[in-house]
Amino acid sequence: MNSSLYAGLYRRLHTPMVSLRRCISQTASANSAGKQFVHRDSKENNADVKFEFTPENYKRIEAILSMYPDGHKTAAMIPLLDLAQRQHGWLPIAAMHKVAEVLKVPRMRAYEVATFYTMFNREPMGKYHLQICTTTPCWLRDSDSILETIQKKLNIHVGDTTSDKLFTLSEVECLGACVNAPMVQINDDFYEDLTPKDMEEILDELKAGKRPKPGPRSGRFAAEPISGLSTLTTAPTGPGFGVRSDL
Amino acid sequence: MSFMSRPPDGRPKYLVVNADEGEPGTCKDREIMRHDPHKLIEGCLVAGRAMGACAAYIYIRGEFYNEASNLQISIREAYDAGFLGKNACGSGYAFDIYVHRGAGAYICGEETALIESLEGKQGKPRMKPPFPADVGVFGCPTTVNNVETIAVVPTICRRGGPWFASFGRERNSGTKLFCVSGHVNSPCTVEDEMSVPLKELIEKHAGGVIGGWDNLLAIIPGGSSVPLLPKSVCETVLMDFDALVSVQSGLGTAAVIVMNKQTDVVRAIARLIEFYKHESCGQCTPCREGVGWLSKIMNRFVTGNAKPDEIDMIFELSKQIEGHTICALGDAAAWPVQGLIRHFRPELERRMKEHESKKGAARAS
Repeated sequence: MNSSLYAGLYRRLHTPMVSLRRCISQTASANSAGKQFVHRDSKENNADVKFEFTPENYKRIEAILSMYPDGHKTAAMIPLLDLAQRQHGWLPIAAMHKVAEVLKVPRMRAYEVATFYTMFNREPMGKYHLQICTTTPCWLRDSDSILETIQKKLNIHVGDTTSDKLFTLSEVECLGACVNAPMVQINDDFYEDLTPKDMEEILDELKAGKRPKPGPRSGRFAAEPISGLSTLTTAPTGPGFGVRSDL
Repeated sequence: MSFMSRPPDGRPKYLVVNADEGEPGTCKDREIMRHDPHKLIEGCLVAGRAMGACAAYIYIRGEFYNEASNLQISIREAYDAGFLGKNACGSGYAFDIYVHRGAGAYICGEETALIESLEGKQGKPRMKPPFPADVGVFGCPTTVNNVETIAVVPTICRRGGPWFASFGRERNSGTKLFCVSGHVNSPCTVEDEMSVPLKELIEKHAGGVIGGWDNLLAIIPGGSSVPLLPKSVCETVLMDFDALVSVQSGLGTAAVIVMNKQTDVVRAIARLIEFYKHESCGQCTPCREGVGWLSKIMNRFVTGNAKPDEIDMIFELSKQIEGHTICALGDAAAWPVQGLIRHFRPELERRMKEHESKKGAARAS
């Protein structure tokens, strides 16, 4: 048969398909919250790169597995993937294979979970993961200027890592600290009640290798009104106060 | 609770505590878990014993690492003091509490999605029936309750049901943790009684609206999933279930998001719809496709790049999503849009006119 005809047909059939697929994949699940959904092998992230848990982490795995009843140990999938991510800094595909092996489930179960949840970072991350919340309650308190401060100071955009591999910037959805808006989460700590000046100080301290004090930067303790307590203004009542008479 | 007390068929029962606090505006459970965790632990024990559960799983969102650590330390303290374990409080009843951390998904705050996530799968909600009281976590009867609900149980038991019911109006009784955020002078989380007037809540605890009460534009009274209320309604509405339903909103999580007249309200709502688009699990078509579509249209409404009859189109679209999905995230995405159109249609049309005239001027020049 005429091979050039087949070659032409192949091109015409396949090229528009690829671009069509790019157009369709704008929906929520295919988007995977802004991150690339599919896995692409790279030098440091492919099935041949070995991943092994440390001996202490194997003890932790035993403790985690004991939380769930027999026959349902797959419930430990999220905790184990998180443990692997904490050990390695991010979650390579070899770690997903290891977790699937520990739980004795097909690898696809680990892939499903690792791609569904936003906290699993499947690409190398910087030492400090700056996660800024830009959902409406934080946006109302001007999280835009905090984001701008970070972008200007570190000279990166959302999704990038700095060239010294120190900071990765992500824009995330509501982090559950709305009365302390605007705020960022850096690794496991929340830095709240921020002004652009606070944000710059935090970044300077991190660059200097120190751990800035987490919590509200405005001087308040947690979520009380900054103008002073409006409730719970008297000493706490002791045990036995107001207990019903029939107890 | 009564669903779980049917004759046992040999399967163990579980209590699951929903500490996945993802609703924009809500930050009350984190206060309980990091600053008063023993209330929650005692509540788990009391509620679990009442329903005959053998263990409680506290599903806490992954971002709350420090809160989860605090909680785990308190659970260890409770075990060491003999309150939990094989012989809880010396009563002979065996009860365990475990903390399970999530990994960043708002949808896992929905009870069946939470159960799926607890079982180690993707957090995609299940169809109901079967309800969790029948088939829940690990296939066993399960009750899923919020942190605040469980944490208040020991206080109610200790001080009596009639005492708790003495707060608030009839059928809306008790106390509630309100999280006041947005354009107020002192954003805070406070516990006040139900049926407190919204204006009093903001002025007494949160220092009033920035710029004064007359500078108020709109308030979202119950977390991002309920329709917003314009200032005229906020003057007199009470913060309880019935009052807010009667003004076409809802109490939701009692997270009060205040917006003053300097806010771009269309942009605020568009950002919320973007939030729902990101957090949709993707299982059912009306939510996955519909909310994505809603988000695209809302983003065009921010600049006014739309025609006035698209307002009716987006309203109809939200009605097609609402009620036709597996879980309530579809409703949660549809309601803010409906609230915006109901109360701020003139603002939307004004932007469209402005955009049209700018386009016309650009064409003419």
